[in-house]
Amino acid sequence: MTALRAEVHQVSKKMGRAQALKRVDAVFGAGEVHGIIGPNGAGKTTLIRLLAGLLHPDQGQISYAEEKDALSGSQAKRVTGYFPQEPSLYPDLTCEEHLEFFRDLYDLPQAEFAQRSEELLRATGMTPFKDRPAGKLSGGMYKKLGLMCVLLNRPKLLLLDEPTVGVDPVSRQELWDLVYGFAGENMTVILSTSYMDEASRCACVHVLSGGEMLDSGTPKEVMKRFNITDFSEIFLNHESK
Amino acid sequence: MNQNEPVIRVKDLVVSFGAFRAVDGVSFDVRRGEIFGFLGANGAGKTTTIRTICGILNPSSGSVEVDGHDISSSTAVLKPHIGYMSQKFTLYPDLTVRENLYFAGSLYGMTPKQIAERSHKLMDFIGLSEELPDPVSHLSGGVKQMAALASSLLHDPELVFLDEPTAGTSPQTRASFWALIRRLAERGKTVFVTTHYMDEAEYCGRIALMERGKIVAMGTPAELKKKFFPVKPLELSFTKPVQHAVRQALEKAGIASAVFGATLRVRAPERAELERVIAPFQDGVSVQEAEPTLEDVFLQAVSGRKAV
Ligand SMILES: Nc1ncnc2c1ncn2[C@@H]1O[C@H](COP(=O)(O)OP(=O)(O)OP(=O)(O)O)[C@@H](O)[C@H]1O
Ligand SMILES: [Mg+2]
Repeated sequence: MTALRAEVHQVSKKMGRAQALKRVDAVFGAGEVHGIIGPNGAGKTTLIRLLAGLLHPDQGQISYAEEKDALSGSQAKRVTGYFPQEPSLYPDLTCEEHLEFFRDLYDLPQAEFAQRSEELLRATGMTPFKDRPAGKLSGGMYKKLGLMCVLLNRPKLLLLDEPTVGVDPVSRQELWDLVYGFAGENMTVILSTSYMDEASRCACVHVLSGGEMLDSGTPKEVMKRFNITDFSEIFLNHESK
Repeated sequence: MNQNEPVIRVKDLVVSFGAFRAVDGVSFDVRRGEIFGFLGANGAGKTTTIRTICGILNPSSGSVEVDGHDISSSTAVLKPHIGYMSQKFTLYPDLTVRENLYFAGSLYGMTPKQIAERSHKLMDFIGLSEELPDPVSHLSGGVKQMAALASSLLHDPELVFLDEPTAGTSPQTRASFWALIRRLAERGKTVFVTTHYMDEAEYCGRIALMERGKIVAMGTPAELKKKFFPVKPLELSFTKPVQHAVRQALEKAGIASAVFGATLRVRAPERAELERVIAPFQDGVSVQEAEPTLEDVFLQAVSGRKAV
């Protein structure tokens, strides 16, 4: 099993009346943690949904590769995990029942399932709430349950849209340690974030604004090119209402 | 109404769902014109506390007074004085901002003329165009949140509850949002706000930190930092890619560290011991004393208790 590489080439996409992405180019190298950052309405969610194969570009292409072998979109989709900004769960099923549901969906052997679900419950601090139905969780707990369901699988490409919004600082640390542990030989991680400390933790950041890709590179390189010491400055300079 | 009396008085509040105590004996006061920050781990009971003060949930025991009225018996009297922006997005996605405001206003018994005047002023205050032609579902996250704020302020309440108003918005939107919160407080409104962005908590007058239904710390940002950090945290920065190895070495030596951006932070530092552990990495890493942030306070207060 090897992490996927994804390449976005001159991709444009209209959403409703808005031109959400304009001729975007980006390379998501295999095995790394990539952060897509940008102001509200920059096109982050659209880009992630395109990468997940849930939307199709109006123009341009997205290609995937596993080492030297090119994968078709539908092949890639089968080994891709996607966490939407607003996960939708079953209000009547408990946390544990959700995890079991996804165990069956991903066809996980019981031993592996037991180990992974325990690890996830611990990292999110959700162990005491295993038996609570999703409809009775707090906002952040609901989000964490959604994340656990996706992280239970080990896809070759993991796409996370704002995974830590509403997640408390302690769990945010622990989730990052976990996601960092996953990335590597077997998994590429692409996530969007509005936390600037998380952006600096990525191996590579991609700066989107108004549907255009402004820059990509290591956090250090990007900050140097923008001549800033903190990512939030990019937004202060680039966001217009 | 006495100006010096606290506007919210919560005493020994317990809110249970079945056998589970989501709020477990909480007491605090909020003063008029204060920006009161409510922080805490997911599921700590913040939203439950807010919903109880707003009169949406009933206390299982204990009392909540708003403006000297007991909320259980005076919901109707208090409703016009309270604005509530829920953690869940509550505007109608298919309606425009203007239509949403008319709908919200009519629920408060405002006439169309009152609504028109008030939304005009509010949109001006918030910096949104009244004429946004799109349904709310097409707006970007930041604009949506601003519109939800407008809706909760429409009836000009004295007391405003904002439950994670900036969740998922960009640094720029968060900055404008907090500028608005400060202006509300300057106009004498009391603002009760929750957030998981610790940099925002710095703007609060006082903060209560909640964990598992209880308040575990309360004070101004400066007081909390002083209390939890008699010794300043240390920050490790790297000139060579040794961060991972350093973190492992620290862990082996029993020193907990947390990644913050490209740096590592060590919160209960024995400096000599730390220097010894990182010595083998020589010039790849440097150590500096850092000013404690509220993120440090949170991690210290909450995960510190988890360990015991
Ligand atoms: N209707 C309900 N039935 C049972 N338990 C509930 C119900 N509503 C909330 N709870 C529980 O009460 C606790 C507190 O929830 P609350 O929403 O107040 O947390 P919070 O501090 O706002 O968390 P977050 O930061 O995630 O928003 C949680 O354990 C939650 O699961
Ligand atoms: Mg809440």
